[in-house]
Amino acid sequence: MFQTVVFYVFAAILLFAAVRVVTARNPVHATLFLVLAFATASGLWMLLEAEFLAIAMVLVYIGAVMVLFLFVVMMLDVNIDRLREGYWDYLAPGLAIAGMMVAEMAVVLVGRKFGLLTMPAPSPKPADYSNTREIGAVLYTQYVYAFELAAVVLLVAIVAAIALTLRRRKDSKFQDPARQVAVRKQDRIRIVSMPAEKTVSRDS
Amino acid sequence: MITLSHYLVLGALLFAISVVGIFLNRKNVIILLMAIELNLLAVNMNFVAFSHYLQDISGQVFVFFILTVAAAESAIGLAILVCLFRSLHTINVDDLGSLKG
Repeated sequence: MFQTVVFYVFAAILLFAAVRVVTARNPVHATLFLVLAFATASGLWMLLEAEFLAIAMVLVYIGAVMVLFLFVVMMLDVNIDRLREGYWDYLAPGLAIAGMMVAEMAVVLVGRKFGLLTMPAPSPKPADYSNTREIGAVLYTQYVYAFELAAVVLLVAIVAAIALTLRRRKDSKFQDPARQVAVRKQDRIRIVSMPAEKTVSRDS
Repeated sequence: MITLSHYLVLGALLFAISVVGIFLNRKNVIILLMAIELNLLAVNMNFVAFSHYLQDISGQVFVFFILTVAAAESAIGLAILVCLFRSLHTINVDDLGSLKG
């Protein structure tokens, strides 16, 4: 009973946040509603006993990706009025397609196929069960190749993001080690021969 | 009692909302990227629900990989966006037609 109430409350918050993400006028508000949506989804995953993914969602998505989004949204100074021109023009076809998709999926999903009779809710796990350990046990054995590939994808993403946004400023100072090594003594110091000072007599 | 269909219908609704979002915000690239994130969230919700009800941990491993790829995608997308804004001073999709003949 408690789980049912939690599910419906979280689902309502999630859908509200999702609607506000796509309709909010201010992009900063849209980003913050997306944060709310991810946090709520993480709560729902906790309800599904996927604890590792729920925490990873909060850390990776809310902690990193959404902060990146907020950073970019606040950095860009965009003219919202121009972007909102003709905003509602495509509402009717969009709603028609979305409604059709939901109706089709509901026809398939609601009913006996995915109900409690064919797919009963699994019994709750014992207290010492570790979801993280279970995921790790298959991630580093069965899926280790895919795991390595995911690491390479992230590396490529880092390199691409830095290469795209790096710009050379004329006034920035940087070292050139090759020139530092190749420097010779006569490039840097100049020996000046000067006449010696006149000796000063002591008794003056 | 919450059944699998509850979660699947929730995922379908999220997916539909994000599709409407792509239709409405077709000029604003930032909101388009956010709608794609919502799309992936809907898919992940289905994966986790199936993983729970079928008692198969592979679904959660797949969600892990989707999270990785989605993070990479949004990082590169935002980097392209920043580049675009620096050179054109706009993120309106209508103004990005320089490749048009």
